[in-house]
Amino acid sequence: MAELFHRKLERTAIGFVIAIIAAASVGGLVEIAPLFTIKQTVEEAPDMRVYTPLELAGRNIYIREGCYACHSQMIRTLRDEVERYGPYSLAVESKYDRPMLWGSKRTGPDLARVGGKYSDFWHVAHLTNPRDVVPESNMPAYRFLARTALDTDDLGRHLQAQRALGVPYTDAMIANAAGDAFGQAAPDSPFAAGVTERYGEKTQVSAFDGVATQLTEMDALVAYLQVLGRLTDAPYSNTAAPEQAPDPTN
Amino acid sequence: MVQQLTTGERQNALVILLAVFVVGVAMAAAGGSDPLGVHGVIVLLFGGGLGALVMRSYYEPEPTLDRPSHYYDDPIKAGIALTLAWAIFGMFMGVWTAAQLAWPDLAFDAGWSTFGRLRPTHTTGVIFGFGGNALIATSFHVVQRTSRARLAGQVSPWFVLLGFNLFCILAVTGYFMGVTQSKEYAEAEWYADLWLVVVWVTYFVLFLRTIARRKEPHIYVANWYYMAFIVVVAILHIVNNLALPVSLGQAKSYTIWAGVQDSMVQWWYGHNAVAFFLTAGFLAMLYYYLPVRAQRPIFSYRLSILSFWGITFFYMWAGSHHLHYTALPHWVQNLGMTFSVMLLVPSWASAGNALLTLNGAWQKVRDDATLRFIFVAVVFYGLSTFEGSFLAIRPVNALSHYTDWTVGHVHAGALGWVAFITFGSIYTLVPSLWKRERMFSPVLVEVHFWLAVAGTLIYVFAMWNSGILQGLMWRTYTQEGTLAYSFLDSLVAMYPYYIARAFGGLLFLLGAIVAAYNIWMTVRAVPASIDRRTDVPDTGLAPGAAATPAE
Ligand code: HEC
Repeated sequence: MAELFHRKLERTAIGFVIAIIAAASVGGLVEIAPLFTIKQTVEEAPDMRVYTPLELAGRNIYIREGCYACHSQMIRTLRDEVERYGPYSLAVESKYDRPMLWGSKRTGPDLARVGGKYSDFWHVAHLTNPRDVVPESNMPAYRFLARTALDTDDLGRHLQAQRALGVPYTDAMIANAAGDAFGQAAPDSPFAAGVTERYGEKTQVSAFDGVATQLTEMDALVAYLQVLGRLTDAPYSNTAAPEQAPDPTN
Repeated sequence: MVQQLTTGERQNALVILLAVFVVGVAMAAAGGSDPLGVHGVIVLLFGGGLGALVMRSYYEPEPTLDRPSHYYDDPIKAGIALTLAWAIFGMFMGVWTAAQLAWPDLAFDAGWSTFGRLRPTHTTGVIFGFGGNALIATSFHVVQRTSRARLAGQVSPWFVLLGFNLFCILAVTGYFMGVTQSKEYAEAEWYADLWLVVVWVTYFVLFLRTIARRKEPHIYVANWYYMAFIVVVAILHIVNNLALPVSLGQAKSYTIWAGVQDSMVQWWYGHNAVAFFLTAGFLAMLYYYLPVRAQRPIFSYRLSILSFWGITFFYMWAGSHHLHYTALPHWVQNLGMTFSVMLLVPSWASAGNALLTLNGAWQKVRDDATLRFIFVAVVFYGLSTFEGSFLAIRPVNALSHYTDWTVGHVHAGALGWVAFITFGSIYTLVPSLWKRERMFSPVLVEVHFWLAVAGTLIYVFAMWNSGILQGLMWRTYTQEGTLAYSFLDSLVAMYPYYIARAFGGLLFLLGAIVAAYNIWMTVRAVPASIDRRTDVPDTGLAPGAAATPAE
């Protein structure tokens, strides 16, 4: 019977294609659509802030260089991971992340909470040549970042695109994007005050690559690394305990 | 190439290439110094170069009137050549990136050559360049032979093949410049993605129209898989790549999906790129070239139906097993795990069906290296689908995720299954396509086989070892209840395996080079022999005696 039905289906190309589409659509619909409608999917975190223009530029460099190919940004709900890297990652932490950078491979360590773990100076030295700092490392050297000036002209447009997709950037943030990017890496300049005013007191303002007069890609990348895990305090107040990884030896 | 086209078709081709050229000029103008501008120059050179090629032969004689009574094989031949070129490029990039993990200074202190930028050139090079061209070329071959009809278009097969390669070129050159969406296996930016949609819709229409011309009442199994491959990849590609460009003059875009939803969309895409690109399409090859080479019909029609619909339905649920223990809600993780385990049934139904087809032809498997390629492919298909279901189980995944075990698993599938079935199919296809009595050198096929087997085994065992070791080191506690190893300890333990893996990959690459040489020499140096008249479409005039594998 079923075989007969299939014999018929095999005689019509269009019918077959429709059957394929029908069979293949179910899984995705059931798994993806509710992620937008079920409220608990993304936790509430009123203190969650958006990336500053400099951090966003740094994030785009992180994407451009493919850092995600070696580093995850997703601490799993396992005890050993929590002890190694910090509180496990919550969905809300990446709610403004387009795309998400959870990663799939840890050739290097997880970076979800690397913000504040090292000094700016350490990051610059490490990115310039990882083996100067960690002799065993196989991470590539990124010397050229410190030589390359950061393009700030179009940062406003970047924020605008983000806002069009739902990230709550204000008009003032968009209008001042280039100035804020400069100010965040030049603490003594008149532009610095605007950054904390618009993005909050906790925003780190410093001469990330050690040179406050010129804005480089190194500034942007280090600013991004320093904010990882620090956009909200929610993971630190989350009380649910991580799971114990199954131990094969007992 | 051009000689096969009528004057009208040559004009159509020129119009299309002119349009491509104009788009390239517009991109170059709008992009300026942005990478989009560089890509504009590549597009205009592509359109202009091919246009010049058509112009050069424009006044040559038109094809003879009996054109419809032959299969359309020119695009297939070009597709095979492109498959081999991409294989060598993609695998070389793989060996280079692998070597960088062992010897990081092999990036030579430049931006374009760092690991993060090279990795997608490898994955895109092998998956889309090598795999995609092989799929397009074999689908053109299989659909004609099993339908006993000529392709339903003269210019469109070229458009599909060359357009797809333009997409690959834009993707790969983009990565070197740092143009990437960072979505794994969908890194190409918005304009390349849009172009691929145009190419893919053309492919779909061409394929369906050819099927509609078939002289057989039933659509053969291999074509079910090619259809699933074409249709579902289109859906996946469009949904995953929805994005908003920063401006029309910039390569950079932001995906419309954010955070946890993006992660699910990404792995729904990513896992089904494995399913419908790297599995369904290659199962289509299996269902045609295995029976042709073994000279035996497929063992069971019912098993074919079961596995086809099982794969089409179950796979789409499995993607979330890439996100176990993450911030993705638990219920989605569990659905992904459940369906991944159930996937073993249709997967092993396919593998079993193929092995039972070979049952009774073991003599041939022993003597014929080409059939042995197909046999090994089936074995690795069975092994890696089992491993896949196993790794999707949450507690197992707790150990394996983020480690080299995943990389080993992928390569058991990519080398052992995808590349083996492709080379087995190509060795079957090349002599018949070029009407040669045999391959140039059976010994070199044998050499390739053993290089590929050794390379795969070394690679996979190295990654199993390193992955499991790494996973265990990360979670081992001391007696005092503290973590026993620093991350660095686990990194240092990886180096011997990284060297072994690069060596395994090198052997596999050498095999591909041997294959390219052997195929080149087959075309150049082996005399034509097979009688042309048996391998023709059924035009209702002559009795068609095409080689259709029985069910
Ligand atoms: C080839 C893989 C690889 C790539 C690509 C890579 N890294 Fe790393 N990274 C490592 C490894 C291995 C380590 C651990 C050894 C070390 O500290 O150098 C590491 C360590 C780090 C650390 C220190 C983490 C800690 O907690 O100690 C940071 C920060 C970092 N990488 C940032 C980056 C950035 C930013 C990029 C992209 C520009 C990048 N990495 C690209 C492999 C990589």
